[in-house]
Amino acid sequence: MKKLLSIFAVVAFAFSAHAGTLDDVKNRGFLKCGVTTGLAGFAAPDDSGEWAGLDADMCRAVAVAVFGDRSKVEFITTTGKSRFPTLASGEVDMLARNTTWTISRDVNLGFEFVGVNFYDGQGFMVPSALGVSSATELDGATVCIQTGTTTELNLADFFRLNGISYEALPIETNDEGKENLFAGRCDVYTTDASGLSSTRAAASNPDKWVVLPEIISKEPLGPLVRHGDHQWGDVVRWSLNAMIIAEELGITSENVDAQMSSNVPEVLRLLGVEGNYGEMLELSNDWAYQIIKQIGNYSESYEANVGPDTPLEIARGLNALWTQGGILYAPPFR
Amino acid sequence: MRSNLGFFSDEKFRSIFFQTLVVGLFALGLFFVISTTSYNLEKRNIATGWSFLQNPAGFDISFSPFLEFKSTDTHLKVYFVGVLNTLLVSITGCIAATILGFILGIVRLSSNWLLSRLVYIYVEFSRNVPLLLQIILWYSILIQLPRVKQSLQVLDVFYISNRGLYSPRPIFESGFSYVLIAIVLAFISSFLINRWAKKRQDKTGQQFPVFSSSIGLIFIVPLILFFILGSPLSFEHPELKGFNFKGGLVIRPEFIAMFLALSIYTAAFISEIVRAGIMSVSKGQREASAAIGLKQTWIMRLIIIPQALRVIVPPLTSQYLNLTKNSSLGIAVGYADLVHGFGGISLNQTGQAIECMAIVMATYLSISLTISFFMNIYNRSIQFKEK
Repeated sequence: MKKLLSIFAVVAFAFSAHAGTLDDVKNRGFLKCGVTTGLAGFAAPDDSGEWAGLDADMCRAVAVAVFGDRSKVEFITTTGKSRFPTLASGEVDMLARNTTWTISRDVNLGFEFVGVNFYDGQGFMVPSALGVSSATELDGATVCIQTGTTTELNLADFFRLNGISYEALPIETNDEGKENLFAGRCDVYTTDASGLSSTRAAASNPDKWVVLPEIISKEPLGPLVRHGDHQWGDVVRWSLNAMIIAEELGITSENVDAQMSSNVPEVLRLLGVEGNYGEMLELSNDWAYQIIKQIGNYSESYEANVGPDTPLEIARGLNALWTQGGILYAPPFR
Repeated sequence: MRSNLGFFSDEKFRSIFFQTLVVGLFALGLFFVISTTSYNLEKRNIATGWSFLQNPAGFDISFSPFLEFKSTDTHLKVYFVGVLNTLLVSITGCIAATILGFILGIVRLSSNWLLSRLVYIYVEFSRNVPLLLQIILWYSILIQLPRVKQSLQVLDVFYISNRGLYSPRPIFESGFSYVLIAIVLAFISSFLINRWAKKRQDKTGQQFPVFSSSIGLIFIVPLILFFILGSPLSFEHPELKGFNFKGGLVIRPEFIAMFLALSIYTAAFISEIVRAGIMSVSKGQREASAAIGLKQTWIMRLIIIPQALRVIVPPLTSQYLNLTKNSSLGIAVGYADLVHGFGGISLNQTGQAIECMAIVMATYLSISLTISFFMNIYNRSIQFKEK
């Protein structure tokens, strides 16, 4: 009986006691990062089967910060619906999955958004043959909508506010949305404008589709972790901030080695030449250097994945640095 | 030896001891699960409780044929819409699967080689391909139908497109209720006639044309009344306006895909159950009834089927349960059933996973137990009554 009790005690301890996520990740040897099931530009396997995209880079940046190795990450796909349970249950260490930061998710669901890696807004895409030029002309349309998202709620609000009706066609993944839209089962597809650009880029003839001018919501997308593990939250937050600060300071993956001998104090602090900021995070002191070296700064990641030269053709817009007309802003590195 | 074992040698004590032990371990396990869950929920700052049911849902459900649903309605209403949609596809699916299954089961036993082989192929195919794939297959076929602007027109009033099947909607005007009352009365009197005719036949051996008189009562009387009252029924025809058809009745492809897949899949199992039931009736029964000169159709209806039903009904019940539970796969094609709406969207928008799942599970349990309850009553009524 005593043995039985002690087994119970051990099991109970294993269930309830959580070491810090950072220690878990270090012990495991790789990072588990929740991403989309495939959204070109944000997280999707590229031609060689490697995950690529803005969100995938976010995951890799954290892996680099912890291990100094961009390959030490396992990408776990999640749908709009499965993402939160997957994170809450500890199946992934963080989500970088086009997830909108809202109060209820931050507070009620028990998560912590650590920043914004893409400022987005919800838009509509229709076949250009419909001749629609504004979302307010969509009375009676069938709208494809991903369930369990903030866009689903915004959609209902937008149509209610404008006093027009619609029929929702609930879908689970972006691919299902594409299929239904291209088959004409729905007239309109609505999701974040970046997602629409991504979907449009994947169409056989992108010119047949137009994204309507209305942006009906604020969708700040960012990585999130479980609430309460502040140490881990800090690691993810500053991995993102390091990429943004690197862009501010003009440090790129190309010139980062040369910048080691810069005379700008903040550059030296960021790259770990001065100060012990890495130790504060319980990381190695060159963590930010490694992120910039292996992933690049925010601008490099943006231009490579979603920028004007990619099929998505999304201009920097709101996502430009605060010094360049956007709202991208990171707290000072000191 | 005996004294060493003490109480354990007593069979009664042993039995009580082990039963208590099992119950105790179960209770301990349950306590462990519940306390761990609540501990972790609290630790992760996840709010619990039932108050979210009264909050506005904030999203729309397009398929709600029985209740009007707006995005300002509560999550509780999402639940009711889901239950009704689950029941709709389950009940229609069970009816269709039963009819199809009985026909196929009988055809399978036919002496026509080609027919029986065809049914065999059908049964083996639909039993052995996962249901989820069949649902997706039907849906993919349905969304390849013409687009709404190029709808196929059938008989001038039905429109078929990948948005569904549009048909005229009947509008009942004042006076139509009398017709409905007439139909109900006709059903009741047909039932009474049937009983009276049976009694008379038992007593005198004379037969009464029950079937034709019932048809007359149920169809012709209300029809005459309908015309006397000046046809109090009109139709609202669907019209293509803007993006979609407006007005009329519509059956969505999501529903059709679910209905077809569920009934065709389950009918394959039911046909095998029916075949087994019929084959379980001994050959002598058929030969004996042929010997006293009964017609072929009578032999089936009066001798074989009633005996076969005793074998058929218990496994048939479990097929009904399977179909109902399988309807939860509606999520694959966006059919707004209980799992999709309440167990999916509400769960995700509120984050109350444990509460939503508990409610959904309890609901499926209640539906299944209700089906079992009625099927057991029916089963008892057809069992061999020993006199």
